[in-house]
Amino acid sequence: MRLDWEIAKRGWGRYAAYPWATAAGVFTNTVFGFLYAYVLLAVYAHRTSVGGFDKADSVTYVWLAQSMIMTVYVFSWWELAWRIRDGSVATDLLRPLDPQRYWLAYDLGRAPYHFFFRGLPPFVFGALVFQLHYPTVLDAIAFVVSLVLAVVVSFGFRFIYNSVAFWLLDFRGVVTFSTSVVIFFSGMAIPLRYFPHTLRVVCYALPFASIIQTPVDVWLGKRTGLALLGFLVLQAFWAIALLGLGRILLGRATRKLVIQGG
Amino acid sequence: MIEVEQLTKSFVVRRGRFRRERHVVEAVKDISFRVDRGELIGYLGPNGAGKSTTIKMLTGILVPSSGRVSVLGLDPSRRRVELARQIGAMFGQRVQLWWDLPLRDSFELLRHIYKVPLDRHRASLDRFRGVLDLDPFLDTPVRQLSLGQRIRGELTAAMLHGPELLFLDEPTIGLDVVAKQRVRDFLVEINREDGVTVMLTTHDLGDIERLCNRLLVIDHGSLIWDGGIPELKERYGAERTLIVDLEEPGPPLELEGARVERIDGPRQWLRFRGSASELTTRVVQSARVLDLQIAEPDIEEIVRRIYTGNSRT
Amino acid sequence: MWRRLVGAQVRSQLQYRRSFALDAFGSFWISFVDFLIILTIFHNVSHLNAWNVHEVAFLYALSAITFALTDLFIGHLDQFPQLIRDGNFDIVLVRPRGTLFQVVAADFASRRLARVLQGVVVLVYALWSLTIHWTVWRVIVLLASLPSAVVIFSSIWVCGACIAFWTTDGGEFTNAFTYGGTTMAQYPFDIYATWLRRLLGFVIPLAFVCYFPALFVLGKPDPLGLPRVLDFVSPAVALAAAIVAGLVWRFAVRHYRSAGG
Repeated sequence: MRLDWEIAKRGWGRYAAYPWATAAGVFTNTVFGFLYAYVLLAVYAHRTSVGGFDKADSVTYVWLAQSMIMTVYVFSWWELAWRIRDGSVATDLLRPLDPQRYWLAYDLGRAPYHFFFRGLPPFVFGALVFQLHYPTVLDAIAFVVSLVLAVVVSFGFRFIYNSVAFWLLDFRGVVTFSTSVVIFFSGMAIPLRYFPHTLRVVCYALPFASIIQTPVDVWLGKRTGLALLGFLVLQAFWAIALLGLGRILLGRATRKLVIQGG
Repeated sequence: MIEVEQLTKSFVVRRGRFRRERHVVEAVKDISFRVDRGELIGYLGPNGAGKSTTIKMLTGILVPSSGRVSVLGLDPSRRRVELARQIGAMFGQRVQLWWDLPLRDSFELLRHIYKVPLDRHRASLDRFRGVLDLDPFLDTPVRQLSLGQRIRGELTAAMLHGPELLFLDEPTIGLDVVAKQRVRDFLVEINREDGVTVMLTTHDLGDIERLCNRLLVIDHGSLIWDGGIPELKERYGAERTLIVDLEEPGPPLELEGARVERIDGPRQWLRFRGSASELTTRVVQSARVLDLQIAEPDIEEIVRRIYTGNSRT
Repeated sequence: MWRRLVGAQVRSQLQYRRSFALDAFGSFWISFVDFLIILTIFHNVSHLNAWNVHEVAFLYALSAITFALTDLFIGHLDQFPQLIRDGNFDIVLVRPRGTLFQVVAADFASRRLARVLQGVVVLVYALWSLTIHWTVWRVIVLLASLPSAVVIFSSIWVCGACIAFWTTDGGEFTNAFTYGGTTMAQYPFDIYATWLRRLLGFVIPLAFVCYFPALFVLGKPDPLGLPRVLDFVSPAVALAAAIVAGLVWRFAVRHYRSAGG
């Protein structure tokens, strides 16, 4: 356990080492927050509710999504793939560590850094300019739980598409495509609630919704009682399933394959 | 320490641009050798010969296709984590340290990874700080270190948890002469004083000359030499060179059992086998000689001979 | 010169056909997501202000194509902060050719073509669905707007890249204006609040990338009530932007040189 904590500290440190990058990121997220807020507001010139979201919900969604984007790391994450590609992963395997557990601890150290330093500031900007929805105490607690689960689900998926580097030299396209899948199906690009009904139902069942849409729904108080519990359990299920799949892939990779760097 | 018996590793590779046929490549073929405690072994071979593959099987990163491996009494691929606690490894061309963080942080984190008691860690670190002069850059992020500094940091990282067995892959590559010497001195110290067994892959013949008491040479997956350096010189370095400085330039000396390899003014290089004194006597008798020197064959030449000799067979 | 560079890069990438296909596939989708957003929005409403889905698709296509072309030509500037950080920029300064040209020519990835392609796909869809009354002027304005847009985006990009001279990792500030810029230009400008519209539409002249030309080509009245002449000035705006960018670059390089690099 102590080791996990130490690794997590390094995950934090690795991103905290570049404050300017974080500042630049905050700026970008804020700009995009404004852009998409106005885009969705234009939708509400013609309607009062879309898929259960009213105007305040949608605007809050925009700022939540922009704030969460780095915490949950929706964009392409390459660290592991690069290490596989240049053979450094062999070094990792020489250590008395479980590789997946190491990267998970690392990611769980990274996420709080992004939450506080890249997540809060854009949200505060948005809150100053727009009318946002704020959760009840219970919803806020549930949101935090949901957010942590979202980070793990996202990690599970990122670990899997990084593992592809064990098999494919040209993994760049796979990573980009996987990222586009996450962006679209997590509700990051646009709320899943805007989708046509059947598509929406399917998406809610997929793991990606657990990454953005579910935490947002919880914040906005759209999930209560048993439904709330149900969605949190679904997130946990996907977290475990994806981690499990990742372990299987890792096992196959170390057993059978050439690790680059001969 | 290490016991390897008929170790083999084959890979399936797809070659060809369009049809991508399957080929089976035997990276390592039937290798057997033994390493005892306290040895400092050099592991040589041309690129692609199978050195890295062997090391990966010894450390549990790759599973052998057939054969038996035992390192410190353990089967590496089955007991990888357990073995990892007792060995150290350093790759000259790859970075093990945490790139974005200060050097000190990497050491701290390694302490936790290897579960080293604080006092022992501190004692080791203090010692390495002294021997390798780490203090000036202990707080610098690894990405800002020069190559020489980084290598010293990596060596420390490999040794901090006090392993009995150390694997090194090209540790002196890219270093300047002074830095190389420092690294070599360090390796000699841990080997002679602490009894650490070292297995070193390298292309640097200076490393071999100065460090290794035994050499394993691998080529095309097979072990083509396993033995000490003196034996190597005797077997492959049978020819020596007699450098003769004549009083004035002249035609090539014609002597039985010797051939002139090179002439530069009054100086001639004679290649010969067997007794030097016997040849020297004959040279002095047949020409007006100002001075004589005998040059031993160097490792580079010997190794080259082994490689080319092997590819001919 | 360009053609040879592109040719060499494309050829070397075709060596790895699967790699090329996968890269292109990934790039296609990640940029196409932006259009899927638009389609999803229009699943729920029929108009964004006075614009219907085909008209917004037209805007999107223009913004996406011109941005992707800009990326194709000078996207390598994203590497700029890394070059400076590693100290490799000095090599660029020492070579005889113009510094900007070199930095830009270094990496010319063909996967960016996939981004252009998805823009073209949407453009075809838009043109097919819209009934545009083409006149000579409309064709001219449309054609002129394309290189103008590329120049405007490029100028923004170059100015942004210069930030890397002053801050070590601040190069990412540019993303807000480059990627943010193209996203902003995908939607009709009248949906944005006044302050944002003024700042990112006129001061940073993103409104001239495709909004104003589109107003003219589509024959739409300007809901902002601005003078119609603005529909035609994109090339002039582009020129002004290029001049500004050139000056900023010159200034930045000189500053870098004198600081000892």
